[in-house]
Amino acid sequence: MTSLELRGLRKTYGPAAALVTALDGIDLNVQAGSRTAIVGPSGSGKTSLLRIIAGFEAPDAGTVRLGGQLLADGQAIVPAHERGIGYVPQDGALFPHLSVADNVGFGLPRHTAERAQRDQRISELMDMVSLDQALLQRRPHELSGGQQQRVALARALAQRPRLMLLDEPFSALDTGLRATTRKAVAQLLSTAGITSILVTHDQAEALSFADQVAVMRAGQLVQVGRPQDVYARPVDPVTAHFMGDAVVLPAQLSGGWANCALGQVAAADTQRSGAVQIMLRPEQLQVTQAPVGGLAAAGIGTGVGVSHGVVVDADFCGAGTELTVRLSGGSDGAVLTLHNTGMQAPPVGAEVCISVRGLAHVF
Amino acid sequence: MTTATLPSTPHLTQRQARRLSRVSRLSWFAVAAVAVSLVALLPLGFVVWVGFQTGWDTVVALVFRPRVGELLVNTGLLVLLTVPLCTVLAVALAWLTERSDLPGARTWAWLAAAPLAVPAFVHSYAWISVAPGLQGLFGGVLVSVLAYFPFLYLPIAAALRRLDPGMEDAAASLGESPWGVFRRVVLPQLRLPIWGGALLVGLHLLAEYGLYVMIRFDTFTTAIVDQFQSTYNGVAANMLAGVLVVCCFVLLGLEAGTRGRERYARVGTGSARQPVSARLGRYTALCLVLPATVALLSLGVPLVTLVRWLVAGGAKVWNLPELGAALGQSLMLGLAGALLTTLVAVPMAWLSIRAPGRLQRVLEGSNYLVGSLPGIVVALALVTITVRVALPLYQTVFTVLLAYVLMFLPRAIVNWRAGIAQAPLELEQAARSLGRTPLQSLWQVTLRLAAPSAASGFAMVFLAITNELTATLLLSPNGTQTLATAFWSHTSEIDYAGAAPYALIMVLLSLPLTWLLHLQSKRAAGR
Repeated sequence: MTSLELRGLRKTYGPAAALVTALDGIDLNVQAGSRTAIVGPSGSGKTSLLRIIAGFEAPDAGTVRLGGQLLADGQAIVPAHERGIGYVPQDGALFPHLSVADNVGFGLPRHTAERAQRDQRISELMDMVSLDQALLQRRPHELSGGQQQRVALARALAQRPRLMLLDEPFSALDTGLRATTRKAVAQLLSTAGITSILVTHDQAEALSFADQVAVMRAGQLVQVGRPQDVYARPVDPVTAHFMGDAVVLPAQLSGGWANCALGQVAAADTQRSGAVQIMLRPEQLQVTQAPVGGLAAAGIGTGVGVSHGVVVDADFCGAGTELTVRLSGGSDGAVLTLHNTGMQAPPVGAEVCISVRGLAHVF
Repeated sequence: MTTATLPSTPHLTQRQARRLSRVSRLSWFAVAAVAVSLVALLPLGFVVWVGFQTGWDTVVALVFRPRVGELLVNTGLLVLLTVPLCTVLAVALAWLTERSDLPGARTWAWLAAAPLAVPAFVHSYAWISVAPGLQGLFGGVLVSVLAYFPFLYLPIAAALRRLDPGMEDAAASLGESPWGVFRRVVLPQLRLPIWGGALLVGLHLLAEYGLYVMIRFDTFTTAIVDQFQSTYNGVAANMLAGVLVVCCFVLLGLEAGTRGRERYARVGTGSARQPVSARLGRYTALCLVLPATVALLSLGVPLVTLVRWLVAGGAKVWNLPELGAALGQSLMLGLAGALLTTLVAVPMAWLSIRAPGRLQRVLEGSNYLVGSLPGIVVALALVTITVRVALPLYQTVFTVLLAYVLMFLPRAIVNWRAGIAQAPLELEQAARSLGRTPLQSLWQVTLRLAAPSAASGFAMVFLAITNELTATLLLSPNGTQTLATAFWSHTSEIDYAGAAPYALIMVLLSLPLTWLLHLQSKRAAGR
């Protein structure tokens, strides 16, 4: 079992006049046997980071250690083929001139004496990634996208890597296939106890795959933590929006209550006071249609965690409906986008009550 | 029968009429394509017919004799030595210029393509001037490698640029050393360009005449021309041509049989990353020696020779009326031949994109087969046919142009195909839905899009014709002097200085097109 340690990694590209900083001081610990997802928008430097860990490129500065062994110290690096780190690229990068069997067995010893052993290992690997043995004699282009990814994974697993790097391996797959492949891979890697790092720009993928999520932006890791923590308590509004839909509102904080466009909302921070920004996830906001005759007629007023508004737009998406609501009352007509179940969604023009569940996150 | 019921529904008649017009256009193209292919098959038919005509005993007596064996050994050794040497050289140069941090790689890449601008017989003219003792197999292989390696370099370099570097990363992560990655992953992927380029070089070796005459190396082609000139249309020349055709088919068969059916495209849909250049480090200086030596031998030698002969000849070699006449003849034949070939190629190319099928594959295959025959075979066939069947056509411009069309049709077809493929039927339909008539949409969309490719095909055929020697020597009307034949008659009289201006003009004419090929091979890689 080996853990990965990155310290002060820096990497720039291009000529001195137009220098692009890909990595700007990266520190990261990955526990042995765990799964880490590095998530960030395209161009944030996550693929550069992966390539440096794999040994395809050298950092300008900083160190990479795997299980205590120094793999890179600035420009001095152990080359990729001596690292024993598995790598599954975005599109699998299967060798088109080799059969599936030869692809999977590429990293295995090729001496004829060990032929039988090699064949047995290949068929074990095929079982491991749930692929039919009948596929062994096929060529890569005769496989579906999901099968290709599984072959690429089997090929990387063949050499029993100390660390497995996955570079957006699911992005070329269809939505349904993507989720099942991801689940299967996560399960397989944790059963095998292989430390793994997944690079992706898809936050949902990162949250579901990993034990630890590292959010990357402009060459820096802005937040590292458990998926639940990163989602519920993002470090800043940009991260909040990147990790999922979010309602970010200005608020006045005092004594654990935030006064905002939604009225008084319980806040997670009881210590601070003054002007702050708060964040609520859409699933914390419940929308209900007001009774016929209006809210006032029904004698419903605003209170703690409850506010009113009018639906100005409704976008039906099947399982859910996305509502655009203009808040009424003392909130200067602020507009929010909220989710509702597809059933019984209030129509455009309806008056609605919005109630808040749980605590608001304070930045 | 159905048509009888249709007039009652005018809507349907109209639709059917439109369908009919499409069908008739296709069948019109099919008829034209069949006609072109039948004409194209003339040289092959000639070889078969001559075989029958001559009778088995005479064929055996003429083919199974020591002289043929000698030529077979010469030609075989030439191909067996030149093709592997060209391949090794081209792979090394392509790797250095595309995948390493060689200083001035872009310039070296262009210099590796540039020898194509020098006609093969000008290469040997240069070498025979520099080293008069050069001859035989060694000389033949040396000059052939220098003249023809760019045919392998261009496709290999393009393929190297296109290779998915992700595959090399994956191989390295599986424990392969850089050399192992090259041997097990990169090299196998270069198989298609290597096979294709090797076939092209092999066919050129079989067809080339001038190069080998000058360095006194006998191949089938030089022997056939000798026979023809001494006995004129003798059976012996025709029999040698038959053996040469068999040699061509052996090469084509070898290539088709060993090319394999693998698909070598990248698998997957992700975006390809730019490859990382290998660092040469302290080997940089050593690695520079290879491209520098090749450039010196393949470009420096012809250039220095030309300059030397031009200086030695002074002003008196610039016989302007003669030069002007030769240039005019070359341009006239080149333009007429290229125009004709480009037009004749349209039906075939159109069919192969818009109505592919068995008929189209057979027709196209026969065109390529004839296109790979040496000019001497095409020329002999046309000489025999015109003399026996249509004497008034013997040694007329018509016959020369016909030979050019037969020889260079595949180049025009390939380019038209690429162009028409860029104008899918959907675009024409979109134009139709926006109110254009079928003819307007064809003109405004399809031809507009295909025009650049057709133009590059035109240019390639034009250049091939201006540098063509064998068929022009045999078929052109008396008194015709093109740049190539004028150059040839000067060198035959050992007037090397007098030949220099013609060589210079041919090189200058070829340079722009070589540049175009260089750019095309870069564009093929998506850059």
